[in-house]
Amino acid sequence: MAHSISSSGIVSGRLDDDLLNKNFEDLHAPLSNHEALVASDRCYFCHDAPCMTACPTSIDIPLFIRQIATGTTDASAKTILSQNILGGMCARVCPTETLCEEACVREVSEGKPVEIGRLQRFATDNLMAKNIHPFSRDSNSGKKVAVIGAGPAGLACAHKLATLGHEITIYEAREKGGGLNEFGIAAYKSIDNFAQKELDWLLSIGGIKIEYGKEIGSEINLDQLQSDYDAIFIGMGLSGVNSLRCEGEDLQNVNDAVSFISDLRQADSFSNVKVGRNVVVIGGGMTAVDAAVQSKLLGAQNVSLVYRRGKEDMSASVYEQELATSKGVRIIYNATPLEITGNESLMDVKFGYTETIKSQLKQTGETFSLPANQVLKAIGQNLSNQSDTLKIIDGKINVNEHGQTNISNIWAGGDCAIGGDDLTVTAVAQGRDAAVHINTQLMK
Amino acid sequence: MADLTSNFVGIKSPNPFWLASAPPTDKEYNVRRAFEAGWGGVVWKTLGSEGPPIVNVNGPRYGVVHGADRRVLGLNNIELITDRDLFKNLDEIKRVKKDYPDRAIVVSIMVPCEEEAWKTILPLVEETGADGIELNFGCPHGMAERGMGSAVGQVPEYVEMVTSWCKKYYSKPVIVKLTPNISDIRKPAAAAQAGGADAVSLINTISSIISVDLDVMAPNPTIDGKGTHGGYCGPAVKPIAMNMVAEIARNPETANLPISGIGGITSWRDAAEYMVLGCGNVQVCTAAMTYGFKIVQEMISGLSQWMDEKGYASTEDFVRQAVPNVTDWQYLNLNYVSKASINQDDCISCGRCYAACEDTSHQAISMTEDRKFSVIDAECVACNLCVEVCPVENCITMVQQEPGIIDPRTNKVVEEKHGDWTTHPNNPSVFAAE
Repeated sequence: MAHSISSSGIVSGRLDDDLLNKNFEDLHAPLSNHEALVASDRCYFCHDAPCMTACPTSIDIPLFIRQIATGTTDASAKTILSQNILGGMCARVCPTETLCEEACVREVSEGKPVEIGRLQRFATDNLMAKNIHPFSRDSNSGKKVAVIGAGPAGLACAHKLATLGHEITIYEAREKGGGLNEFGIAAYKSIDNFAQKELDWLLSIGGIKIEYGKEIGSEINLDQLQSDYDAIFIGMGLSGVNSLRCEGEDLQNVNDAVSFISDLRQADSFSNVKVGRNVVVIGGGMTAVDAAVQSKLLGAQNVSLVYRRGKEDMSASVYEQELATSKGVRIIYNATPLEITGNESLMDVKFGYTETIKSQLKQTGETFSLPANQVLKAIGQNLSNQSDTLKIIDGKINVNEHGQTNISNIWAGGDCAIGGDDLTVTAVAQGRDAAVHINTQLMK
Repeated sequence: MADLTSNFVGIKSPNPFWLASAPPTDKEYNVRRAFEAGWGGVVWKTLGSEGPPIVNVNGPRYGVVHGADRRVLGLNNIELITDRDLFKNLDEIKRVKKDYPDRAIVVSIMVPCEEEAWKTILPLVEETGADGIELNFGCPHGMAERGMGSAVGQVPEYVEMVTSWCKKYYSKPVIVKLTPNISDIRKPAAAAQAGGADAVSLINTISSIISVDLDVMAPNPTIDGKGTHGGYCGPAVKPIAMNMVAEIARNPETANLPISGIGGITSWRDAAEYMVLGCGNVQVCTAAMTYGFKIVQEMISGLSQWMDEKGYASTEDFVRQAVPNVTDWQYLNLNYVSKASINQDDCISCGRCYAACEDTSHQAISMTEDRKFSVIDAECVACNLCVEVCPVENCITMVQQEPGIIDPRTNKVVEEKHGDWTTHPNNPSVFAAE
């Protein structure tokens, strides 16, 4: 261990390897067989279940839980995966506390919902451990579809189309698939290289080819794809990062939180990841929380998460906020960055306090400063690759209820399209639903 | 504080909770532990004739029907009567009775259906100082194949005959344990009474296949690839047993025959239910086999509290209190009208009442977009299904409709006077009698 939590600057190896590995263990341990039986026993098998309505992919939750309870876990997994082919990852990363588990009637009656997320993981992990792929392909349709982006939306779309007998080529800008599952989610939510394992498992359906290192606008372009394929699905996510628009943003150690998380996820060892002694994360979403918590787990001495609005406006759930504070992150609400000064060894981040008056966010005039060796920006992403022909609304590709863009043979879904929730599960739903519509259009 | 002491056909015990003749009462060690835990009495596990002891299987003996959280709802066994030497059992009975004179010890017996066999064993049992005997005419497995147990209990003439032998050769109370594997329980009960029995006890276990091993393709418990039917007991059999108890208690012929109630008694409440239906005391087995002997403490404290709350000074005050209210369907008041009512404050919007009513009953519950569930009085027949499938206790209740109002389902005025099937205009025999 070369350094400690109090080593100055941005360095790696602040904690010894054992502690680092322990810090990045599974956030929620998988359920044992016994735990799964006890947990599944609690489901009331509600009529027109609220949990199912709350799930963006409409997984038949009462049914899959009953299948676990009756000892048919493979059937349970199939129930999940037939609605959400990335049900394994969603079981890990979904904010269940604001989706299915919030809607659970036992949450209403006892404040203790059925552990839907962990049960879902139990079922899907069991199936994947047996290397069973429970779906097969229809006979070859002779149709070819291009999918841009191997993230949740693109993969869900590709898998669905593959089952329907079409030939799919996915063009992925990076050298690895998985999208945010691989690059953008906290390591402790997806341990043991799960995103890649899930990708390999998904591809075992057959009929899907991935071309890596092919970015739209550079190696490939829409016009060419339109002439080569019968349909195109765009699920390329958001690759641009919003700027703080304050002085000093261009300083060397003011970085994007998404890059920080991506570097951490791709590192060979946590001990190779550099982190500042004093880290200031600016933002209020899941990326901000993931960056702040992981900074702390890497051994940063002081981590502040600063959000310009109040606690209730934060898009990271109360559960995520509490996770952050339990790991030692200090959350400062109602403060907006004004200016960053200093140099690469030490910066000073000046904030102005804010308040909301008549739904207008205003600065109070009071200011404070935080010392920082590293500033991580997590204030949202944008569509950097804008096309001339696709209609864009509010910075996202406009689509109709089927995911179809203004160009009739191009569909879009996930974070790059309107209606997305910046959630894996929503992206899966959009990719899947677009696939169904693409199929009906192609088979007319 | 209520007085729980019990005097059942002259056999005194500090409380009405006895352990039934079964594995927990097979030997001195267990019975001493039971008495130390507070049990009022035991029925010693069934003794057979002198000679080479009975043998049991060496594979599994029990199987279970589980409820939520692996609660034991029903237990099935293929164990036979005691597999220990007769004289060893008799010695132990004598010793334990001497050390626990205030507790009841009743000895269960099953010997062949020959007078000589009974004449031989009864003096030996009498000599132990035990308080009485219980005739095992109930076991449905194994021994029945050899003409004993339920093979006797299913033939009222045999029941009467053996009972009379016991009264002839034994001076203390004789309790006849009845098998439920029979179509009319009143017949063997009356036979036991005719034979001079001091009491009957019921039920013994119900013939059962508890589950099937789908890999081995054989019933559980499976012994080397084969299974046999066992005897079923535990909470699941309680409703069946209580009906049989009530049938005997309300039958004028056997109304004065004392009854010891057996079948799935797990808590003080179960015991109280049996006793109000006509039982002077109760016997317990599965609950002890599931939780250990300590459960008797809850039974004692629970029954005491309930008796105090109700003002019952002794158990005799409530025994049989419900018997007059057990009647035939034809005497139920058809003019009594109730409707389900859902307490919206308690409702957790699970919709189980809706699914049950809509799919399987009377379409008498409405559901709104925002998951509010309400009873449609014009459709509700008061079947009670919604009450029972609701996960929240007392969220849905049945509300009696006051006489004088109009039942929106029938558009008829709710009548105050009693009206049952015997006088109902749709009953053909009403007109036939005119």
